[in-house]
Amino acid sequence: MAADYAYVGLFLLVGILFVVFTIEVLSRLLRPSRPNPEKLSTYECGERPIGGSWIQFHVRYYLYALVYIVFAVETVFLFPWAVAFHRLGFFAFIEMMIFIAILLVGLAYAWKKGALEWV
Amino acid sequence: MFEFIIIMLVKIAVVFGALLLTVAYLTWLERKVIGDIQVRLGPMRVGYHGLLQPIADGLKLLFKEDIIPAEADRTVYLLAPLVAIIPALISFAVIPFGSQVKILGRTIDLYITDVNIGILFIFAVASLGVYGIVLAGWSSNNKYSLLGAMRSSAQMISYELSMGLSIVGVLMMAQSLSLVQIVKAQSVVWFILLQPVGFLIYLICAVAETNRAPFDLPEAETELVAGFHVEYSSMKFALFFLAEYANIVTVSALATTLFLGGWQGPLLPPVAWFLLKVFAFIFLFVWLRATLPRFRYDQLMGFGWKVLLPVSLANILVTGLIMAWR
Amino acid sequence: MSIELPVFYFLAAITIGAALIVVLGRNIVHCAFSLVLAFFGVAGLYVLLDAEFLAAVQVLIYVGGITILLLFAIMLTSRASGPGVRILNEQLGLSALIAGGLFFLLIYALWKGIPALAIKVPTQANVPTIGRVLMTSYVLPFEVASVLLLAALVGALILARKEKD
Repeated sequence: MAADYAYVGLFLLVGILFVVFTIEVLSRLLRPSRPNPEKLSTYECGERPIGGSWIQFHVRYYLYALVYIVFAVETVFLFPWAVAFHRLGFFAFIEMMIFIAILLVGLAYAWKKGALEWV
Repeated sequence: MFEFIIIMLVKIAVVFGALLLTVAYLTWLERKVIGDIQVRLGPMRVGYHGLLQPIADGLKLLFKEDIIPAEADRTVYLLAPLVAIIPALISFAVIPFGSQVKILGRTIDLYITDVNIGILFIFAVASLGVYGIVLAGWSSNNKYSLLGAMRSSAQMISYELSMGLSIVGVLMMAQSLSLVQIVKAQSVVWFILLQPVGFLIYLICAVAETNRAPFDLPEAETELVAGFHVEYSSMKFALFFLAEYANIVTVSALATTLFLGGWQGPLLPPVAWFLLKVFAFIFLFVWLRATLPRFRYDQLMGFGWKVLLPVSLANILVTGLIMAWR
Repeated sequence: MSIELPVFYFLAAITIGAALIVVLGRNIVHCAFSLVLAFFGVAGLYVLLDAEFLAAVQVLIYVGGITILLLFAIMLTSRASGPGVRILNEQLGLSALIAGGLFFLLIYALWKGIPALAIKVPTQANVPTIGRVLMTSYVLPFEVASVLLLAALVGALILARKEKD
């Protein structure tokens, strides 16, 4: 089974070689290189850049990522359940619905608290 | 064994070449189709009806100067295009184009490899796509880039969730995560008929995942100039471009595999059916771009979390109820 | 399988090297990115052990979720996202002692424990088996996991909200 992934690895290798070859070999031989300070400055629509860009972002990005992880874990549990569903029957269905219902409480809470609002 | 490795290398080369060619001509197709929809001609100059345009574009980008901004984080800046393109390409290692063919008395599988967890593999790889964007946006040290990257990552994780949930119904029926098995499970009836809601959710999420119109906010040129790749030039820019289009081909191929019966179909050879279905999806992507205006960001996030997520969970509930009842 | 050993060493080297950068790197965003690489190395090791489901989950959750969360967390602390953060503090000696002790404990446990582990290699697709076992033998831990996730969600939302007000 691990052998199947050897081909994936081979595919990966071909991809990386392709990218490195085009950028670092082919394009390097063909393209000019005449940098100057103006050219290398950060683009800000023609204005002189004001301050850095590594600034403080809003907490709402974090909230979305948080809710995402909880539901991603749920999805991961759903996959093996779905594959085995045929052989498991109705009881397993109830079990999974309880699992989802508990997490839906979380979603409802996040919704109510406004974590899903993008203001 | 030696012969086997040769066959494998040839297969990889063919898939890789075909993919790159498709992606290059996808740009031509898009310009042509949008041109037609907007009653213009689109590219006409290079070759017959602009057929050599993608090659000319590629050559032009090869000859362009590669500018690395002085303020950029050099290592990460150089790494980002690689991280963007690799996930877009590698999904094709597990997508089946056909079942088997006989060439020179040998049976050859028309896929590079069929892993047991095929669909999970693709989702895992797809979840990496966001890193190419985040790396590019952060390392450019440009306000537009970083803002575009942050938006894009928040958007992609939101829709990834519903995308994962939308296919659970398919998995319940196919009873396997292997893409070859999923296609074979559709020999009688395609899953698009049994899972119409799942298909619709998948389609919407696929458009959002590839950052295409109407969900193309990370690039929203009117406000973010070009988004995360504004500081990129030359071949590095080309790779981001390739990655975006390769992702379209990937989600189209996956939709074909999961919902449209993959390579199966009457009369025509399997590979032709596969390509035809993928092409239909790609056409839909272009059509959407030419037709729909862009979402507002709060609408986009609200739609993902408050509509798609509950609906995809309800879809699982209904599917489970029906299957348990029968 | 003679090729397994070099692949193992390669993946282990990636994991450890990336993990060292995570701990010792001066730029916190670089640290987060090399954490991705470390997770990848671990996923590769899982594949080598034929635990492909676990490998995919490792990438999906840790790379696609947790590290993104970490990056967002870095981005919302104002100055830290730039380069040049102090990485050592006065508790260096103490933590080195504890980490070293834990390391030797693990080595000792493995040394004693390995002969007792009978390794069974699964012969067919293990995902349906995981699904079946989750729904039968381990159904209670499974349901408890959902409560745990709920608690994590609610707790984190309360903390994040407080920070905002």
